Amino acid sequence: MTPRQDVAATVTSAHHVERNGRLGGWAHRHARWLFPAPAIFLVVAIIAYPIAYTVWMSLQEWYASSLTAPKFIGLANYEKIAVGDPRFREAVVRTVYFTVLVLIGETVLGVAMALLFNREFWGRGLLRTLAILPMVATPTAIGLVFVMMYHPTLGVANYLLTVIGLSPFKWTYSSQTALYALALVDVWQWTPLIMLIALAGLASLPREPYEAAHIDGASTLRAFWHITLPLLRPAIVVAILFRAIDALKTFDIIYIITQGGPANATETINILLFNQAFSYFNMGYASSMAVALFTVVMGVSLILIKVRRTTAW
Amino acid sequence: MVMRGWRRRWLGTAGFYALAVLFMLPTVFVFYWMVTLSIKPQVEATAYPPSFVRFSVTTAGYREVFTKYPFLLYTWNSLVVAVGCTGLGLAVGLPAAYSIARWRQRRLALAILVARIIPGISYLIPWYIFFRNLRMVDTYGALILTHLIVGLPIIIWVMIGFFEDVPADLEDAALIDGCSYFGTFWRVALPLVKPGVMATAILSFVFSWNNFLFSVILAGRQTRTLPIAVFNMISYEEINWGTLAAAATLITLPVLVLALLVQRHIVSGLTFGAGSGGSTVGAAPVSGRVSGGRRGRAGSSATCSTRSTSPWCSTRTRSGP
Repeated sequence: MTPRQDVAATVTSAHHVERNGRLGGWAHRHARWLFPAPAIFLVVAIIAYPIAYTVWMSLQEWYASSLTAPKFIGLANYEKIAVGDPRFREAVVRTVYFTVLVLIGETVLGVAMALLFNREFWGRGLLRTLAILPMVATPTAIGLVFVMMYHPTLGVANYLLTVIGLSPFKWTYSSQTALYALALVDVWQWTPLIMLIALAGLASLPREPYEAAHIDGASTLRAFWHITLPLLRPAIVVAILFRAIDALKTFDIIYIITQGGPANATETINILLFNQAFSYFNMGYASSMAVALFTVVMGVSLILIKVRRTTAW
Repeated sequence: MVMRGWRRRWLGTAGFYALAVLFMLPTVFVFYWMVTLSIKPQVEATAYPPSFVRFSVTTAGYREVFTKYPFLLYTWNSLVVAVGCTGLGLAVGLPAAYSIARWRQRRLALAILVARIIPGISYLIPWYIFFRNLRMVDTYGALILTHLIVGLPIIIWVMIGFFEDVPADLEDAALIDGCSYFGTFWRVALPLVKPGVMATAILSFVFSWNNFLFSVILAGRQTRTLPIAVFNMISYEEINWGTLAAAATLITLPVLVLALLVQRHIVSGLTFGAGSGGSTVGAAPVSGRVSGGRRGRAGSSATCSTRSTSPWCSTRTRSGP
């Protein structure tokens, strides 16, 4: 018997060991769909169907608190959010502003910290551990602590400001500063993520270009500008886009600390739509806002996937 | 000259550590403040100027949390939901992750990624309407199912990476020996990724435990989870800071401890593999047992391997040096 036949014989006989029976054989042949089948079913049931339902709902007028049935009104809800509702427009501007604000803060700080910590030093492990903490802490707990720290008369934040010689703020208690105070919480929470991603990027940089630059007499600053930044860019861009997706959706922290107030100063799309849906039970209108938010976030995500795929590194 | 070089180096190191402390101080301070407030007596908790290190210690805040509120019930609720969500998520997610890794089902992986990207609130409206019609608001079932929206994608995505690291030769050997695909999954792949399963289970538990958005609408009097219960305290308690801080500490401490156990996987769990890589954060997930066959993953920030399903990977997969 040639070796090839030998293998073939083993394989055929092996079929009888465990894949016997019609059901077993069928299951084995279709394994690649049977394995993910429960997950696919769940994803369709808990994710795809609700999304379709939201889109359908956005074409209706319906108050969940009333007994009347939903009424089909076509695109009227979308017309309202596009032109007829200044509050929604303000919320959009606020959401984008908040997102841009936290992204700038987190990227600048995160990359700076990564550059600082990209070396061997005592306490490196401790640093990583500490950086993880804000990202996984329960949002309710974080929100609560900041509510207390931001208290205008008793809070420690104002005390620390006066210690370094600044005049106290009203933080989340004034419509002038509330959005910035919330952005600060977000920056506090998520800067470590950018830092860790940038650190991972820095760790994977090749050494040769630096040696070449050194031999050519380039300064450290020039090496940073012309080598480090371009090589690090893909990692940073992905980190920023990831944060952008999440920052656009920020809900927990805002709802826990200000619930959109004072005087709607922190009412982002998420908060506005949450209140429309669950305070006023205006389900149709809230659904159209959900679809709008969903579209924006998906747009950013598509950019993310495209960027990640097309950047060569 | 020698002295000067030595002094400069010393100053550089001191400056570095000063900067390091400055950068990490806010992170530490918030947690420090939470814990110290929770053990200060009421008078000192709201004292101005606040005391940072010298204060008297009391357990009044913690005692009040347990006596004034059904805190144990809330803890039980949180546990049931988080464990239920994690169990169901693993049962469904592990075979799916295996299949995606083994047969490179990129499209399926992407579809699951979408679930992570879509704002949770767009699920909430339909879910609320369904559960209201089924009279399922305020049941564990509703909470577990909705928490799966967050848990399942994380489980699947983190596990894809682990399953990709299982050497294909091992599985092929099992298949040739007559093992069915299920047997290969159960007896070959799963034992090899056990550390990964532990890490993923913890991650999923943490995300369910922390969840606010779904629980605030779908949990009622009977099933209220800890984050919602503590959120409600803010409005009732007004200014009893010791109790508030004690509650905050109690709900977030278990999560922080758990997270420290799986800290290497946190970033990849949060960014779905996009941010892990190198020897820094996404360090080798499968322990030395299969080191001979481990491929890809370590090294580049792209974390692309030859078998990678990740959409983060460019089609031009980077080949090793």
